[in-house]
Parts: sequence; structure tokens; C-alpha cells
Amino acid sequence: MPFAGHRVWRGAVSFALAMAIWQLVVTLSGVPRFILPGPWLVLQALSANAALLWQNALWSAGNLALGLGVGIFLGVETAVLLTLSRRARWLLRPMLVVAQAVPVFALAPVITLWLGYGMPSKIVTIALVTYFPIASALFDRLMALPPGLSDLSRLAGASRWRETLLLRLPHAVPGLISGLRLAVVYGPLAVLIGEWVGSSRGLGHLMLMANGRGQTALMFAALVVLAALSLVLWVVVEALARWAARRSYI
Amino acid sequence: MSAPAIHLAGVLQGAKATLIEPFDITLPGGQWSVLLGPSGVGKTSLLRLLAGLPCAAQMQGQIIAKDGAPLASRVTMMAQDDQLLPWAGALKNVTIAARLRGERPDPNRARTLLTKVGLGAETDRKPAELSAGQRQRVALARTLFEGRDIVLLDEPFSALDVVTRHQMQGLAARLLAGRTVVLITHDPAEALRLADHAWIVARGGISPCALPSALPPRRIDAPETLAAQADLLRRMGLTSPDKAA
Repeated sequence: MPFAGHRVWRGAVSFALAMAIWQLVVTLSGVPRFILPGPWLVLQALSANAALLWQNALWSAGNLALGLGVGIFLGVETAVLLTLSRRARWLLRPMLVVAQAVPVFALAPVITLWLGYGMPSKIVTIALVTYFPIASALFDRLMALPPGLSDLSRLAGASRWRETLLLRLPHAVPGLISGLRLAVVYGPLAVLIGEWVGSSRGLGHLMLMANGRGQTALMFAALVVLAALSLVLWVVVEALARWAARRSYI
Repeated sequence: MSAPAIHLAGVLQGAKATLIEPFDITLPGGQWSVLLGPSGVGKTSLLRLLAGLPCAAQMQGQIIAKDGAPLASRVTMMAQDDQLLPWAGALKNVTIAARLRGERPDPNRARTLLTKVGLGAETDRKPAELSAGQRQRVALARTLFEGRDIVLLDEPFSALDVVTRHQMQGLAARLLAGRTVVLITHDPAEALRLADHAWIVARGGISPCALPSALPPRRIDAPETLAAQADLLRRMGLTSPDKAA
């Protein structure tokens, strides 16, 4: 097979091809470097500003981790609560549906207005953005117990919470994973937008500064670091999905 | 307490029309009663009502245990779909109902039952690692683990291949002896093999079948079994059974 090979090798080839195309576009078109720097210039900016990028990346990553943690925790909490309580479903489900129609990203300026430029506003933005996909993907699956298992539970005379613990939650693992897949896409976006709206540190802040000073290569370098951060989260979620598949949850 | 007889009398009413016209039957305690009928006639509805499970049809009449005690807590059920938890091993699947009630099930008893159904070496295997026949064996062990007097079987063997089905029928007949078993099936051969008593379920009502004098599980190749099978097919609507070659 001509295209066989290890995943890492394939990834490297694909990546190299993208870089080559990028460089080719820059070279052939003759765009000035402050409009579109080539990959080589971006790489130089990466190494020249390594310490600066690292500090800001750490800050953004810390916010992201906390925000994701809060969003996931509250999302799971909500989904389980709604599953356990008919009253909570009656009361909160319409709210959840309506809330999903609100573009949460658009709330970032308001949240910054309320909570200031520091960490809290970022954490709340990230948590809000990740909360809804987790809560709704998990909840949908929690409520979709196959009829056979539902019969089993009824014949056994199970209480709602034991049924949730022993049947619904294990059955809903794929729902949690699809929620997480969305959350790790939205999370880094939320960090960026939060920091654009107002901040004094972080990769988004660095990008704004670099942009204002015409340091386009540094802007791209910050973007690369953010992409790397997203990639790490993606790898974690995929590892989780593989674990779940090995244990027959998926 | 010994396994009770069950009395069913009334009309099975669907959402729009009557599914089964008035009937009055008593399924004897501690024996196999088979309800035979084509798909869609309302057999499963009848069984679900017996088990106290939600069902689109309604029973206008009564379903009671002859000893007067409530049915619901004494019933267990095995369906065509094995209803096993894909994420749990065989042993955990056998004890799931007890765990759902918050009991601490005895793993040794579960292991013994798995050995009885021929899966003593597969206690940790997950459903995906078992064949369809083995999965139904786990489901049978789960049913036995419940230790209930009344066992409802909703075509549990119909998705299995012929040889596996035959083995499962023999195994179920042996292990469920002494309980009140209600089996619904569309297969006359299965009814004849397993039934102590059998009825044909049709829109017009539920009527008893004559069975060969041999005790179940009957030999499928005995002449009287084959004759009874032809007779049942005729009664189920086959107008001209083929002459044997």
C-alpha cells in the first residue's frame, strides 16, 4: 500500500505539505510580511519570543483549565439533576432550550463589564460556553434509556437514583464524550474572545498587542501556541473516548 | 411459597380496536403455559400487562395470581432481546437486578448459576465477547438469580439459530422446572416442545390446544409431536399443510 504508515508519520507529512503551500503562497504572491508572514518567519517569532509566549500561554491555559472544569462539573451536575427530578425537568428544561439559543460568546463584553479584566470573567465565559453542550448532550442520552433496560429496571423495582447510577449514567457515557468534544472546541475560542474583550495577560491579549504594533509574525506565533493548546485538549478527549470504547461504553 | 397459578379473564383492548375478544384462562402454577399466535396479535401486550410494565393496550378484566398475593413483585421476564448491559461482564449482568434494588448480591450464587448455564469460564466476558446463544444463557442466569415464582418468556429463543435454540429450550425447561412459566411464541414446534399447557391466541379469543401425552421437553421427531404440529399450523390459519414427502 503506497499510502500506508504510522499515524504520526502521516500527520507530519500532512503538516509539512500545509507549511509548504503556505510558504509558496507567500513567496509567489509577494505579500508584505506585516500582512502575511511565511511559516519560517512565524517559527522565528516563536523562538525569539518563547519566554513571552510561554508566560501568556500558561495564563490562558490556567484559565481554560479552570473554566472547563467548572463548565463540565456544572454541566454534568445539571444533567443528572434533571434526570433525577421530574420537577427540575419541568422547571428547567425550557430554560435550557432557550439558553442554548443565546449566543453565549456575545455575552463576553457584559461578563467583562460585571467581573472586570481579570481571571473571573474568563472563567465564567469559558464555563458558560462549555456548560450547555455538556449538559444537553449528557442529558439527552441520560433520558434515552433503551426500552429493554427500562423494563429491567422496572421489574427489579429500582429507585430512580439507582437506575440513574447503574443504568443511565453508564449508558450516557457517549453523550458525555460528545459534549466534551464540543467543549474542547468552544473552550479555547472562549479564552480568546474573553481576552480580546478585555485583559492584561494571555495569548489573546498578546495577539491584540502584537497586532497593534504590526508584529504580525508574533500574532501568528500566539495563534500557533493556542492551536497547540487545543490539540492537547483534543488528544485528551480522544484518549477518553478510546478508553470508553475499550470498556464497551460506546 | 409455591409458584402460583395465574387467572386472566376479560378483553384486551388496543388504542383503537379490540385486540382479543373475551377470554378466560387459568395458567396452572409451577408449569409451562405457552401462548401461541402470530406476530401482532397482542401476545406481548398480554405479557407486559402480566408483568406490570407500561403497555399501549389495556386489559378490561383481571389478571391475578390465584393465591391472592400481588403479582408484580413475583414476576421476572426474559425477552427476545437479551437486555444485557454492554459495559458489564456476565457476572455483573446476572446480579444487576439485585444491585438495582440496592442489595448486595452473592457473587458465588451468580457464579454457580453461570456454571449451570454452561458459562462458568466466561464470568468476566462482556456481551460483545459472547455469541447470541451465550448472551441468552447469561439472560437466563439473570432470570434464575432473581429466584421469582413466575417467569415470563417473550420469544426469548426466536432470534437464535436452530441448533442453539433447541439447546436453549432444553436448558430452560430443566432450569425453570417448578416455576410458573408463561412462554409466548409464534412457533408451533417450540410450543409443542415445551408446553405443559398451550393456547392459541387470536383476535376471536384464546382457545386451548390439545398436546401429545408425552411430558415436555418433548422429542421433536416423535410422530405424535409432528402430527400435533401440523394440526396447530392448520388451526393458526395454514389452509393446506404440505403432505409429507
